[in-house]
Amino acid sequence: MAREAMEYDVVIVGAGPAGLTTAIKLKQLDPNLSVCILEKGSEVGAHILSGNVFETKALDELLPNWRNENAPIKTKVSKEKFLFLGKKSSLSWPTWLLPAVQKNHKNYIISLANFCRWLAEQAEKLGVEIFPGFPASEVLYNDDGSVKGVATLDMGLDKDGNKKDTYQEGMELHAKVTVFSEGCRGHLGKQLIKKFSLDEGKNPQQYGIGLKEIWEVSEQQHQEGLVMHTAGWPLDSKTYGGSFIYHAENRQIYLGYVIGLDYQNPYLSPFDEFQRFKTHPAIRKMFEGGKRISFGARALIEGGIQSLPKMYMPGALLIGCDAGTLNMPKIKGSHTAMKSGIVAAEAVVENIKNKADLSIYEKKFKDSWAYKELHAARNVKPSFSWGLILGIIFTGIDQILFRGKLPFTLKHKHADHEALKPAKEMPKIEYPKPDGKLTFDKTSSVYLTGTNHTENQPVHLKLKDPELPIKYTLQKYDEPAQRYCPVGVYEVQKEKFVINSQNCIHCKTCDIKEPSQNITWVCPEGGGGPKYGNM
Amino acid sequence: MKILVAVKRVIDYNVQIRVKEDGSGVHTDNVKMSTNPPDDNAVEESVKLKESGKVKEVVAISIGEDKAQETIRKALAVGADKGIHVKADNYIEPLGIAKILKKIVEKEKPDMVFLGKQAIDDDCNQTGQMLAAMLNWPQATFTSKVNLKEKSVEIVREIDEGLETIEVNLPAVVSCDLRLNEPRFASLPNIMKAKKKPMEQINAKDLGVDLTNRIQQIKVEEPPKRKAGIKVANVAELVSKLKNEAKVL
Repeated sequence: MAREAMEYDVVIVGAGPAGLTTAIKLKQLDPNLSVCILEKGSEVGAHILSGNVFETKALDELLPNWRNENAPIKTKVSKEKFLFLGKKSSLSWPTWLLPAVQKNHKNYIISLANFCRWLAEQAEKLGVEIFPGFPASEVLYNDDGSVKGVATLDMGLDKDGNKKDTYQEGMELHAKVTVFSEGCRGHLGKQLIKKFSLDEGKNPQQYGIGLKEIWEVSEQQHQEGLVMHTAGWPLDSKTYGGSFIYHAENRQIYLGYVIGLDYQNPYLSPFDEFQRFKTHPAIRKMFEGGKRISFGARALIEGGIQSLPKMYMPGALLIGCDAGTLNMPKIKGSHTAMKSGIVAAEAVVENIKNKADLSIYEKKFKDSWAYKELHAARNVKPSFSWGLILGIIFTGIDQILFRGKLPFTLKHKHADHEALKPAKEMPKIEYPKPDGKLTFDKTSSVYLTGTNHTENQPVHLKLKDPELPIKYTLQKYDEPAQRYCPVGVYEVQKEKFVINSQNCIHCKTCDIKEPSQNITWVCPEGGGGPKYGNM
Repeated sequence: MKILVAVKRVIDYNVQIRVKEDGSGVHTDNVKMSTNPPDDNAVEESVKLKESGKVKEVVAISIGEDKAQETIRKALAVGADKGIHVKADNYIEPLGIAKILKKIVEKEKPDMVFLGKQAIDDDCNQTGQMLAAMLNWPQATFTSKVNLKEKSVEIVREIDEGLETIEVNLPAVVSCDLRLNEPRFASLPNIMKAKKKPMEQINAKDLGVDLTNRIQQIKVEEPPKRKAGIKVANVAELVSKLKNEAKVL
């Protein structure tokens, strides 16, 4: 029997900054369009995690009146610092020597989750229908091969796939145009890129994992508006990464660490590098006596335009980081994601009204300031494959002297999952034991994410070959899933590979970093996953 | 037959509760809110009774700020027919809630009131009992099974000693346990239909009941942190520690 189906003009997958922007812009351009957004989180914002120092450029274009609409964008950046860390030492880099892309004096420290909740209210006022707790789990195609829409996941299946009493069949959502805005490594976006060969002729995509904590500190330790970044220790010079420390409102500090997923040592644990980072004397003093109130992690895009796939296909568009629009040297993606959403909406309206080809979306994007920005930023990340020092020197020349206008483009040579070296060739890393005050273990951290998946449901982390982790990955790489997963979903117990999928926080790192690409992240039952507050 | 089912908006059970530093309460800003879990069971059972043909109408009520309407919409999306939102911006104790519910009962004239056995935020477990007393109706609490008859309802109760079966005459107040049923998911089309179902709005102040809180809250604090356990080498050491350190023997 055919599933129930609903027809919309536009279906958007994912209520992040890109998807919500598209919805708002569509309704501004034509209030009669029917637009709906599917969101896998239990509410808008529940799965949003970002730094975030926010550049308002795209928002100024979308909702110029946002200052009078009580938008949660309040804390203006008042001071900036950049530190190079040695094991015990720290060197402050003068801010006038920072490339322009890293200057933030016009920007705001925000919670992207709260901003998305606000955007969702604006969208709903315009008549957009938003359905949180309904993950899109499959792409539907027309007979001619074009994208027809998506289907939501069946609910109420037990772990073996049998129907429980609460079973409810998923339903189909058909659209004239389907817009995919799932964020970095969207599981449908990944399928579309493959099916339509959207990445043909592009460099392999590059990713990072971002970990974030929110701390409440004393008034003396807090300096509202301070934006600080560090590079160096505890990472070795071959590993790309660094920290962010943003002093937000209400004596809160947003603290985070980003590590490029092209790291080589299978013993590296991004979670533990982050914890260790906090013990540096220059960092420790900012948090001592404070209280950690939130934790989370999410993969992010680092590939830039070299890895940006074709963003359109028959019947559908990829926007934001489902395509990969983050500006890495700027460490920002919300404004470019929103800009891609704005031009996507313009293209969709022209497509529906005047039968314009969807390729105009990519043309419009390439003509936009967002693409110019990404173009100027393109050589920074690949230059760090030469190591930290050469990377900094090159970036100084590229970004300060030439402002990103050097007449060549560096390439990303490998996909992240190809970067790991065999365990026997790499040094083991001993991480210090957490003290439960400044540094923590994974168990207490996952508790703070509020993540949960109904117990008796199919495992949403699929192994292509169930034997591979023990037979091959454990031998060769000492099964790095035990370490790259920031919440301990994967364990090796007595020669058995255990997947604690109920702990998953949907960061997608396993789907990216597994050396044989043996793990596939699929959608769990709706409403599952983290319940982030103001991340 | 008609059922009035009460639902409360509480902090989602997956969220880690944070106590405010000044001890005045807990943080609710940017916190995921949901329907109180046993209230979900109360809605589910009401809807099941309606589907069985024994009940004609299910009315969902919530008392609280404007966002309580989301909680009512959820009940409408799984099958309730009509919503009543009693708007109140301040915290109201169970006694006040029971008084409001009594007023609504007098107006709506249901044959049964279904509600959760207690709310997971204040854990009072009082509203159902107080309401029954004020209405002078029979009450059946901690219900894990409902068998509705013509003029009475047979109830299985979860009690310390096991299961107790009682039969109460209608009209009655029934408070529901988590074991009663497994609440269904709301489907997309039903969520959309729920947006069009009627929702009446009433101001708590206009009901003419005394909502003054009687309880003075002195302080809210986190439970003490559990200390890490230790391993003992043998039974003798365990006994000695229980005797001398824990002083429980």
